[in-house]
Amino acid sequence: MVIQMLAKRIIPCLDVDQGRVVKGKKFQNIQDVADPVELAKKYNKAGADELVFYDITASNEGRDIFLDIVENVAAEIAIPFTVGGGIRTVEDIHRVLRAGADKVSINSAAVKNPQLIQDSARKFGSQCIVLSIDAKKSENGTWDVYINGGRKNTGIDAIEWAKRGESLGAGEIVVNAIDTDGEKSGYNVELTKSIADAVNIPIVASGGAGINEHFSTILQDGNADAALAASVFHYSEIEIPSLKNYLNENEITVRRN
Amino acid sequence: MIAIIDYGAGNIKSLQFALTKLNLDSCLTTDKETIQSSRAIIVPGVGAFKDAMDAITELDLADTLQQAAAAGKPILGICLGMQLFYEKSYENGNWNGLGLLKGEVKRINDSVKVPHMGWNTLSKLKQDQLFTNIDDESYVYFVHSYQVATFEEDTLLGSTQYGGLVPAIVKKDNIIGMQFHPEKSGETGLQLLKNFGEMIS
Repeated sequence: MVIQMLAKRIIPCLDVDQGRVVKGKKFQNIQDVADPVELAKKYNKAGADELVFYDITASNEGRDIFLDIVENVAAEIAIPFTVGGGIRTVEDIHRVLRAGADKVSINSAAVKNPQLIQDSARKFGSQCIVLSIDAKKSENGTWDVYINGGRKNTGIDAIEWAKRGESLGAGEIVVNAIDTDGEKSGYNVELTKSIADAVNIPIVASGGAGINEHFSTILQDGNADAALAASVFHYSEIEIPSLKNYLNENEITVRRN
Repeated sequence: MIAIIDYGAGNIKSLQFALTKLNLDSCLTTDKETIQSSRAIIVPGVGAFKDAMDAITELDLADTLQQAAAAGKPILGICLGMQLFYEKSYENGNWNGLGLLKGEVKRINDSVKVPHMGWNTLSKLKQDQLFTNIDDESYVYFVHSYQVATFEEDTLLGSTQYGGLVPAIVKKDNIIGMQFHPEKSGETGLQLLKNFGEMIS
């Protein structure tokens, strides 16, 4: 009997602006939360399986602050972390990987220039290229890809885009449901499952976590390999050790300390 | 001093940070003399097999690594670094490796998602100094699309299951390979690196 022990992953997400972690609701109303390095250490200790840092700073000056943070995080914690936000070129990717990030998440830039996925996957390996997709249901029931922080509808079908991303060399896909982001009413199971079933690379569900049950539902019914969340962790509404105990009781394989 | 072979792209910084935390001196290098005078060598790894072998050839380091391994110097390969130790890889073609270990590298069985990404259990198959203070079935972090598919049976120290058996730790005398990333595997990973540090001291 072969037992698959690959654990489902729990991933706190940290949006960083000018060196501070912030949390917005539906990409707006940004609120200051904490120091990113301190928060990373806390989550590492609590048993987070990975971390994601999104750089939401607009200025070049902020960009340098962010690279320092990446390096400080790498120095402090020994678990993998992904960096996203403002990644436009192969050189941008090189810079964050050299600063100590393990994976890079590409969103709008990949839609505008799909070649970026292929070039960077060839250069650095598929394992570190994460395609992040912001999607929203269209009037005819399909899923549209949005870019520029969820502000612009591209009209591209999200499931087709996921398949194309895989064939271009992405090693993982983050599925962010714009409608449920920040609502704490549960992940979008339908969208996540549709994409998970269409590709053969790991899927990270994002947007909508509010209670423990949302995690078990998306990891089981949504076929997600990992679940990402921000505010429920930042505001200690859900503690990672108790979430993992809950998932374990519900027969989901998780890594526990 | 541990010589970390700096043959190109990817995150090597995390490995350096981990070694520093354990008070193990290391340097990133491509210099032959530094490698020859080092206490031990680590070949890290992310990226593609062919690119890595091309870079090693271009830096004219294949002989240096082979000679150091033959002379008994401890040499640890991590992830792709471990795969480079084998004779051949079928990653997008058919490429020769360093040939420090007998065997071949092939793509992970497509019945499971590829890459194999995340925390999986490390089954201890043998007693070894490397496993000091490591519990059986501890979680370590894997991220790879290819795996060692053929190998000498008695070199297999630890394994995991993902679409079949995946060699996780191999060891032949002074040559050690880890398919997962010890520098990204939390306390378990740091303990494994610490054990490696004890072995070479």
